[in-house]
Amino acid sequence: MLQVEAMHKSFGDFAAVYGANLNVERGELVAVIGPNGAGKTTLFNLITGQLRPDKGKIVFKGEEISGLPPYEICKRGIGRSFQIVNIFPRLTVFENVQVAVLSQQRKSSNLLSPAQNLAVEETNRILESVGLSHKAGSIAGSLSHGDQKVLEIAIALGNEPELLILDEPTAGMSPEETTATMELIKQLAEEQGLTILFCEHDMEMVFDIAQSIMVMHHGQTLIQGKPEEVRENKEVQEAYLGLDAAQPNGGEVDA
Amino acid sequence: MVKGLIDSKRLWPVLGIFVILLILPPLHAPRFYIYILSLMFVTSLLAMSLNLTVGYGGMFQFHHCAFYGVGAYTFALMLTKTSLPMWVGFIAGPIAAAVVGLLIGWFCVRLTQLYFGMLQISLGSLIWAIVFRWYNFTGGDDGIHGIPRPSILSSSNNTYYFILLVLVICLAALYTIVKSPFGATLQAIRDNPQRCEAVGINVRRHQLIAIVLAAFFAGIAGDLFVVLERSVFPDLLFWTLSLEIFIMCLLGGWFTFAGPMLGAAIIVALRTFVGKYTEYWTLILGVILILLIFFLPEGVMGYLLRISKSASQRISGRSQVDAASRGHA
Repeated sequence: MLQVEAMHKSFGDFAAVYGANLNVERGELVAVIGPNGAGKTTLFNLITGQLRPDKGKIVFKGEEISGLPPYEICKRGIGRSFQIVNIFPRLTVFENVQVAVLSQQRKSSNLLSPAQNLAVEETNRILESVGLSHKAGSIAGSLSHGDQKVLEIAIALGNEPELLILDEPTAGMSPEETTATMELIKQLAEEQGLTILFCEHDMEMVFDIAQSIMVMHHGQTLIQGKPEEVRENKEVQEAYLGLDAAQPNGGEVDA
Repeated sequence: MVKGLIDSKRLWPVLGIFVILLILPPLHAPRFYIYILSLMFVTSLLAMSLNLTVGYGGMFQFHHCAFYGVGAYTFALMLTKTSLPMWVGFIAGPIAAAVVGLLIGWFCVRLTQLYFGMLQISLGSLIWAIVFRWYNFTGGDDGIHGIPRPSILSSSNNTYYFILLVLVICLAALYTIVKSPFGATLQAIRDNPQRCEAVGINVRRHQLIAIVLAAFFAGIAGDLFVVLERSVFPDLLFWTLSLEIFIMCLLGGWFTFAGPMLGAAIIVALRTFVGKYTEYWTLILGVILILLIFFLPEGVMGYLLRISKSASQRISGRSQVDAASRGHA
């Protein structure tokens, strides 16, 4: 579904992404792992068009999408959430998601009908699926950090993406919230058949739910494969998992 | 939109004010006050059109009166230089303003924030310079005076009613736009343009549409100015006026729909009554701006809404306390 080949991106002298490859099949739950500064977020920003690649190819559903503006990439079926909470703080929770649904329904330029009557059902359904229904009327900026991260996912779902990209969906969450969010991600993949690409620091969780794992180190792809393959790979053990590799519950490797 | 208004509790005060405005002239209010009210209506529409881009769109629309002036000049030139009926010119004004909005906006939306504002001031000032210098066509710094208007608009009461009618239609249109999906999306862009792009919204295109719409309504305000004053002059496009309408939005409350109207009314009233006593009107404007920034950052309307909200919360809070104490007793 998504192929990233020999991706390069530098900021000045710093090569943030230097030869990254990634392959996502339809229906898969794929994780990208790597130490801080490995280039995971940059890679996601390149895929969804927030950044333009220096070199390399991004092919989505057989079509080259590298260098397109973010809104075009979104319209082709890739939705995303952000690592640092990126919502509409002054709008209500409902309106946050509705903006995305209206965009998906190509109604953003409608000047005449009242917005409060449009896309209500779809928006409520999404809020229910992520468990934010009871906060629909709250101002988004007043939510707890955990709820804002969930709202992030809800906004991304508003576009009915075929591929959902989640950049550290549980960053900064409490252990309980993390578990709930991981359940949500599993549920989205299993019940709604979404293809999901995410990056995460909690190794236990990643090895638990991902079907395929790509490991990044210094902007490069070390390996992409099934969790067992990745765990047994020597290079990965040296570069990233370290001594705890034998016990995947070693936890936060790079706090 | 009509439903939304009827549902809202605010309908009754709005209707009340409207009725008072309707019956003022028959009560033989002095002509001077009718004129000042008419001027407030025109300025209100101008400020509300600006707020579409500033308050709802979060754009640095620093030279909005360029569109106002283009609308007014187009209408005035059509009335004086052609023999076309008045309504043709009346429609041509806002359309010309919208076209200029499209041209200026096309460049501006490619820049962000302050650069957007600086470019707009430059391009708008360019239009001012053309109007100011082109004596044969625009009358230069003299402007155009004694513009003919149809006999039906010759009495000041009829002018007043005409301007009020156009204002109400425009307010209904602006309200519809603000409450539409476009309006909702525009506010989302104001809050977080990056996120909007990520949900599939073409941010620049939306901003451009907002500028064109704002220019269109500013053009209508320009039309109304000509109807009221029967003259146009280059000051209509000068950047100090843009600053003044910007202040009206801030003063009234740029996060509220009707705030800019209130701001416009306050500024027009101050200019009229304070201007009588001093030549240093702009000095007073500066002091107002300073006080505003320190004491009323959400504007007068925002302040009123906040205290009315906290008052109602206090009342409901007290009734809860009452209920609780009754429960104990």
